[in-house]
Amino acid sequence: MNSAPLPRWSLLLLLTIVVLAVVVPWISPWNYYTPSWDELDLEPTFANGHWLGTDDLGRDLLVRLMWGCRISLLVAVAASLTSLFIGVLWGATAGYAGGRVDAWLMRTVDVLYAVPFIPFVIVLTVLFGRNIVLLFVAIGAVSWLDTARIVRGQTLALRQREFITAARVGGMSAAQIVRRHVLPNLAGIVAVYLTLTIPTVILVEAFLGYLGLGAQAPLTSLGVMIADGAAQLRSRPRLLICPALLLALLVLCCNRVGDALRDRFDPASGGGA
Amino acid sequence: MLSFIGKRLLVAIPTLLVIITLAFALLHAAPGGPFDSDKVLVPEIRAAIEARYHLDEPVPMQYLRYLGGVVRGDFGPSFQYQDSSVNDLIAQGLPIDLAIGLLAMGLALLIGVPLGVVAALRRNTVWDRAASAIALLGISVPTYVTAPLLVLLFAVSLRWLPAGDWGEGALRNLVLPVVALSLPYVAYIARLLRASLLDVLHTPWVRTARAKGMPWRTVLLRHALRPALLPLVAFLGPATVGVITGSIAIETVFGLPGIGRFFVDGAFNRDYTVVMGVTILYGVLIVLANLLADVVQALLDPRMRP
Repeated sequence: MNSAPLPRWSLLLLLTIVVLAVVVPWISPWNYYTPSWDELDLEPTFANGHWLGTDDLGRDLLVRLMWGCRISLLVAVAASLTSLFIGVLWGATAGYAGGRVDAWLMRTVDVLYAVPFIPFVIVLTVLFGRNIVLLFVAIGAVSWLDTARIVRGQTLALRQREFITAARVGGMSAAQIVRRHVLPNLAGIVAVYLTLTIPTVILVEAFLGYLGLGAQAPLTSLGVMIADGAAQLRSRPRLLICPALLLALLVLCCNRVGDALRDRFDPASGGGA
Repeated sequence: MLSFIGKRLLVAIPTLLVIITLAFALLHAAPGGPFDSDKVLVPEIRAAIEARYHLDEPVPMQYLRYLGGVVRGDFGPSFQYQDSSVNDLIAQGLPIDLAIGLLAMGLALLIGVPLGVVAALRRNTVWDRAASAIALLGISVPTYVTAPLLVLLFAVSLRWLPAGDWGEGALRNLVLPVVALSLPYVAYIARLLRASLLDVLHTPWVRTARAKGMPWRTVLLRHALRPALLPLVAFLGPATVGVITGSIAIETVFGLPGIGRFFVDGAFNRDYTVVMGVTILYGVLIVLANLLADVVQALLDPRMRP
C-alpha cells in the first residue's frame, strides 16, 4: 500500500473551479448569450464589473468561461458514466462467465482497440446532428475499452475467492452473484478509473468543440472558446489565454487527483510514476 | 519470427473488416445523402449522378463493390472533388502527416528518454520534481492549446517563425507544428520511462552487476536501460495512433494540407468515400504500428518471442 498524500492543492483548486462554474453564472448580472454593442472588447477592470473583460460581441468573458466550464464538466461526467456502464457490464460478464464467452467478448475489445476512435466520434457527431446528449453518448460509447479490461481482470481475481464460492453453494444465480457480490467489490477501482477517464473526456470534448462539432453557439464550451480565441489571436490574445489556462488547470487537477487515488487503491499500479 | 508476423497479419484481416463494415454502416445509416443540397436537382440529373457513383444499387451490392475496391487498393472516387479519387487525396496528404508525425515522435524520444532517465536516477530531487512537473503539464495541455500559444509567442510576438502554411515543407514551417505535436509525447515517454527504470534499478541483477565492480555507466546502459525500454516500445504502438489523429488538430491550427483536413472537410460535406478511405487508412496504420511494436519487443526480450 502506497501512502502517498493526496494532492491537497489540486483537490482544493478543482473544487473551487467546480463551485465557481456553478455559482458565477447564477449570481452575475450578465448572461452568456446577449451581445452588448456598447461594451465590445473591454479590457479587464474591476470598475465596470467585467473582471476578465468582454469578448468581441461585448459578452462578459468570466460568465462565458464559467458556462463553458459547466458544459465541459457536464459532458465529461455524463460520457464517463456512459463508458463506465458499458465497460463494467462488459468486463464483469466476461470475467465472471469465463470460457468461450470471455474469449469472444475480449477478442471484440482487442479488435475495437484498433478502431481509430477520434475519427469515429467525428463521423458520429457530424452525421447524427450536433446535440450535446448525442455527443456524450458517442464519446462514452467508444471509450469503455480500458474499463472493460480492468473490470474483467478484477472479476477474474474475485471469482476465486471463498465468499463467491459460498454464494454459489448457497444457490445464488450468476446474475445475483455479479450484482450482489462482484460489483460492490469493484466499486473502489471503478471509481479510480472514473476519475482518470474524466480528464481524457474533457480533452476529447474540447477537441470536438475546437473542430466546431461540440456545443453550438451561443452555448459554449472550453474547446469552442479556445477555437474562437485562436481565430482572434493577434488582436485579442486574452480570449485564447483565459479558456486555455482554465482547461489546462482543470485537466491538471483531475489528473493529479486521479493519479493519487490510483496509487492508493489500485494494487496493479506500483505507484511508480 | 516470420510465422509470428504472418499470424499477426492474419488476425489483422478481421480487424480491418470490422473497421470497414462499421464505417460503411455508419455512413449509410446517417440521415441525408451526399448530393442533398439547397438547390433541387432535376430528377434525371440526380439519377445520372447516382448511377455514376453506383448509389442506385442495393446497399449490400454497394458494400461488396466497395470491399472489392478496397482489397485492390482502390478507395473509389471522391464525391466532393470531382476530378480526384480518394487515392489521389491520400497520396497528396499522407506524406505531410508522415513527415510531421515521424519528426514529432523522434523529437519526443530525443527529449523524453533523457528526461525520464534523469528523473529516475535523481529520484526525489529537484531534477525529478522538475521532470515530473513538465511531464504532468504535457499530459494535461492538449496540442490545440499549445499550438496557438506557440504561434502567439514565436510567430506573432517574436516574429521568428511563420504562423502556418506548409511552405513546401521548409524547415522553418515545420518547427512549430512538430514541437506542438511532440510535447504530450515527451511527457508520456518521460513518465513511463521513469517508472519502469525505477523498477529495474531495484532488481537483483542490477545489484549483482554493481557488486562485481562494473562501472555505473555500463550497468545503466547494458543492464538497466534495455529492460526498462520494453514498456516504452509497447507504448509506441498506441502513441503512433495519437500522433496520427492528433495531427488533425495540428493541421487545422497551422493550415496544413494533410489527410486530417480532408477527413474533417469530408465529414462536413458528406464526402462518404473520403471519410471511409481515411478511416480505413488510419485503421491500417494502427494495426501496422502495433505489429511493429510487438516485433521490436520480441527482438528486445526473448521471453516475448512466440
